Amino acid sequence: MFYDVDPQSRFLLGTAGYPSPAILQQAIAASGTEIITVSLRREGAAGAAFRELLTGLNIRVLPNTAGCHTVKEAVTTAHMARELFNTAWIKLEVIGHADTLQPDPFALVEAARILSEDGFKVFPYTTEDLIVGEKLLAAGCELLMPWGAPIGSGQGLRNIDGLRAMRAWFSDVPLIIDAGIGAPSQAAQAMEMGFDGILLNTAVAKAGDPIEMANAFRLAIEAGQAARRAGLMEKRDMASASTPIFGLANLN
Amino acid sequence: MIIQLNGRAISTEAKSLSELLIEQQIDVACVATAFNGTFVPKSHYDTQLLDEGCQLEVLSPMQGG
Repeated sequence: MFYDVDPQSRFLLGTAGYPSPAILQQAIAASGTEIITVSLRREGAAGAAFRELLTGLNIRVLPNTAGCHTVKEAVTTAHMARELFNTAWIKLEVIGHADTLQPDPFALVEAARILSEDGFKVFPYTTEDLIVGEKLLAAGCELLMPWGAPIGSGQGLRNIDGLRAMRAWFSDVPLIIDAGIGAPSQAAQAMEMGFDGILLNTAVAKAGDPIEMANAFRLAIEAGQAARRAGLMEKRDMASASTPIFGLANLN
Repeated sequence: MIIQLNGRAISTEAKSLSELLIEQQIDVACVATAFNGTFVPKSHYDTQLLDEGCQLEVLSPMQGG
């Protein structure tokens, strides 16, 4: 459950950087996503077209606080987003440095507390740090969004052991991998590890064919989810014959 | 008076935020605003007065990741 919603699709898709609004729209359809991320910006040239597209989509939106570096900026942006998009959901990003785009965990926890107390349903973009995760839950978050790798880097799951530990530690908390996913195989891997969803943007938007890539991610996420449900075999150090030894012919 | 609207200095006759939005032909339905970094709900547009050099952000839905 992502707060009050239990989406069929565990693919959350960003809407930035597509070649055209038409391709964005088709990519959203191909992805099967039920949740798209959006932002708030000073009105640009393409503003009206994007609003029209949003209205036509009739799909749940998760507004972000992308680009915010302080608690105040993030909180103000969240309030503006709540009014404009008519949702209590907020993807809370409080960025620590413009180059690394790494979350500032101290400001993140503080902003999460303020917003949760004010009735927001906070989706915090965080690291795999367990204590930061604990503090975010204590602040009122009901799910966590650890990064796979830095935003837009396409590196996949950079700290697999850390993410595995996080999955085990927060066994009952929905965890969505947010950022850094570059390939469908990486998304499948995260779902096999038991994560509850994948949020990405660049890997689809900047693909040679974003529509085909959105479909590829949809399939990978579904495959990873099914594999998790089915239960993966344990790894072994040594070989183990899959064909029975019993009844083996003597052909010497 | 001169104010900052979305980072741009403009000259306005408007006294309140609602007057400014009308003057600038901004569709109230499509925006959310912040006055000197603090959110202003739509219900306060009439009572939010402007002052010399104030900073106003008027934001719209945009693509985001």
